[in-house]
Amino acid sequence: MRMTKTDYPATGDTLYSGTATNGLRVRVVPKKGFSGFYAVFGTDYGGTYRRFRLNGKEYDTPAGVAHYLEHKMFDLPDGDSALNLLSQNGADPNAFTSSDVTCYYFHCTHRFEENLRMLLHFVSTPYFTAETVQKEQGIIGQEIHMGEDNPGTANYYQLLNLLYRNHPIREKVIGTVESIAEITADTLYECHAAFYTPGNMVLCVAGDVDPDRILSIAEEELPPDSKPIPEVLFGEAEDLLPAAQRAVLNMPVATTQFLIGAKLRPAEKGLLLFRQQLTASLALRLLTGPSSPFYNRLYESGLLNRSFDADADFSTGVGTVIIGGESRDPDAVLQALLDEVSRIGKAGLDPILFERSRRAALGGALRAMEDFDDVCVSLVLDEFDGFCYLDYPSVMASIEKTECEAFLADALKPERLALSIVEAKKG
Amino acid sequence: MEVSRVEVRPGVWLTHLREDKFKTACFSVSLLSQLSRDTAAMNALIPFVLRRGTRLYPDMEALNARFEELYGTAIEPSVRRIGEIQCSGFYASFPEDDFLPKGESVLKEALELTFEMLLSPVTRGGLFLPAYVESERDNLLDLIASRLNNKRAYALTRCLEEMCCCEDFAVSRYGDEETCRSINYKKLSRHYKAMLQEAPLELFYCGRASLDRVRRLLRGLLAPLPRGEVNTEIGTEIRMNALEDQPRYTEEQMDVAQANLVIGWRLGECMEDPDFPALYVFNDLFGGSPSSRLFLNVREKLSLCYYASSIIDVRKGLLLVSSGIQEKNYDAAKEEIFSQLEALQRGEITEEALDTARSGVASDLRSIPDTQSALESFFLAQAVTGADFGPLELAELVTEVSADRVQAVAQSVECDQIYLLKAFPQEAEGEAAVSGDSGEVNAEVAEAGETA
Repeated sequence: MRMTKTDYPATGDTLYSGTATNGLRVRVVPKKGFSGFYAVFGTDYGGTYRRFRLNGKEYDTPAGVAHYLEHKMFDLPDGDSALNLLSQNGADPNAFTSSDVTCYYFHCTHRFEENLRMLLHFVSTPYFTAETVQKEQGIIGQEIHMGEDNPGTANYYQLLNLLYRNHPIREKVIGTVESIAEITADTLYECHAAFYTPGNMVLCVAGDVDPDRILSIAEEELPPDSKPIPEVLFGEAEDLLPAAQRAVLNMPVATTQFLIGAKLRPAEKGLLLFRQQLTASLALRLLTGPSSPFYNRLYESGLLNRSFDADADFSTGVGTVIIGGESRDPDAVLQALLDEVSRIGKAGLDPILFERSRRAALGGALRAMEDFDDVCVSLVLDEFDGFCYLDYPSVMASIEKTECEAFLADALKPERLALSIVEAKKG
Repeated sequence: MEVSRVEVRPGVWLTHLREDKFKTACFSVSLLSQLSRDTAAMNALIPFVLRRGTRLYPDMEALNARFEELYGTAIEPSVRRIGEIQCSGFYASFPEDDFLPKGESVLKEALELTFEMLLSPVTRGGLFLPAYVESERDNLLDLIASRLNNKRAYALTRCLEEMCCCEDFAVSRYGDEETCRSINYKKLSRHYKAMLQEAPLELFYCGRASLDRVRRLLRGLLAPLPRGEVNTEIGTEIRMNALEDQPRYTEEQMDVAQANLVIGWRLGECMEDPDFPALYVFNDLFGGSPSSRLFLNVREKLSLCYYASSIIDVRKGLLLVSSGIQEKNYDAAKEEIFSQLEALQRGEITEEALDTARSGVASDLRSIPDTQSALESFFLAQAVTGADFGPLELAELVTEVSADRVQAVAQSVECDQIYLLKAFPQEAEGEAAVSGDSGEVNAEVAEAGETA
């Protein structure tokens, strides 16, 4: 047995962890009784990794490269497409690029090993020509326009632009029609060589599989060695105050949409960061969750509806509180939120609400871990952040009420908040 | 997985799936009714009003607190349409006892709470509280209007509305704005009482509890249900032919960056005795997957779009293709979509493509038993349409589909409607106004762009 086995009795899961000889980290969650297999192969490389230093050289790449590369990785040297080969073999392949990670994955019910080999093979085989790179511009151009018509994403980026002064999180992961026009085959080769090295990647598999076998397959299919990992340059660290506090965008929407945000300073990678994330999530639930006085008061008065939600997003080097939904009067929601934070600051959180919410969060984790596609993706993402997703129940159970109170008092100070609005043009 | 189906009271059916592999259990209750403009909004509104408060938990805060006490049990309104049958009720999900502290169990409590919500709303003088009805009616109006927010879904809905303008299918699962606006608490209370008496009721459970245990619990919980004569006359009318000789064309202008083209077909005469496995395989080959003709040609070969995909409604007998394009490419995209369909009509189906489509559809079906919500949707649709096969049996049938059977489906379809959502002409274009201090406004696919 080359993999280490860890049991998680709270959710009934078992995790096998190991590192291949080439530095690839491998995670396997065996699933008895399920017909599906799921594999995700991710690299610690996303839309914000535009500038980096490697072997003494500095690189500055156009916005949208990570996502463009993701699209083009499916092309194979013999003119084949990995998308087709996997589909022909009964798998359902896809990929996504976020601000700090690129993941390739597939789901299948048959011929899992062949599909896994194909996944490892195509992600580690760069093949780009001027012609194929050029051809993708039309497709991604339409993907960019599709995003421009989506009020939720427009609002999200408007908020990030209110909060951040220079961090690349402000820029669209997908880039712009202009920035992607600068991408060449050479850009893609350079970025692939820099970030798609086994030591910078994680493979996670769920299904009725033999964990050691997964490790061996990864060693057979991937390069034998790992190369140095680039140092990513995110620019000057930002303070915790937003660049600006309010912006309104006009788009065709039925009901006004709003996002309230605040910047957070993330802890160092590891368990502390996980604790910070879960504390933020629980504190926001206590402040605005389904059984909170705030949510119910505003819902009753018609200021909020069921679309309301609050959570904290963490990406490499940044953390952002995002609270939002639909409202006829976002400014009134913001004022009510500030009043509630101030009230909790004086009176403290209701201990009964605290116990109840934590219990509900644990039940919610059980439900979230039902979906093994999500579990695999979370395991990859969290591995890059230095912790393990399956520790959720134990970390959540250890969070104290005072930690949540401290988080709210600090993160949601009036001067730290920004309000981003998308509304229909009046008149 | 053991599947049982039993009638627990007149017109109240339980589908029970004994399954030990999940961490949570699910239970759903659906009131079935004929989709119609007059009642759709009321049917949709009922679970949202019931979700506001019950006799024991008279407001949402109390109800939500109870959910949290039951380890994050969720019991949420569920409103769907399957063909022209509207299904309105609740979907509950709660932890299996094995994952709770020793001796704890929430099965009984979660089922009790679901029926408390269904049958014992907080009332005054036997009627719903006006405040709850009015506020949920306003929320439903927003929900109906919110279809505008997702342009791709909006274009699909608009195409369906135009195409099925003379049929009940034009009504959305939430009903329409006008009838929703006219709802008041008296009217809704009357309708709710009538629904409980007349509507066929579908219950679904999937989890570790035996059929006997669930039945015993339900016997008591269903006792107060005031049953009258059950309305069994519900179903879906299938129109075989297009409304006019030539496909109708509708366009609409909006402040958008991307045009959205939707083309609708009737599945046609093949719906007289539908060959379901062949219908699914046909859709996969045409535009239902990344190995489909539309994906490979409209997107990969011609780079005209990010998505060009087809969906099929085998209950109503419809096929729809939607694609986000540049307006100037309208003719090229439309032509290519039709030419790919024509290729299938001529029987240009390689053994390789057929095999890929069959294994893709079969794999999707075989994966249904891995997810509770997928099982619930599948078996509800089976119950509503009176079909009695499981997903694995259907998967087996799919692997046997021949090219001839796919070609027969392709030849049967009849184009009925073309819809285009496009930007205002340049001079009248609504500018995206920005106020505040943010100098830059960005928009893109949230966090990520999916390849397929």
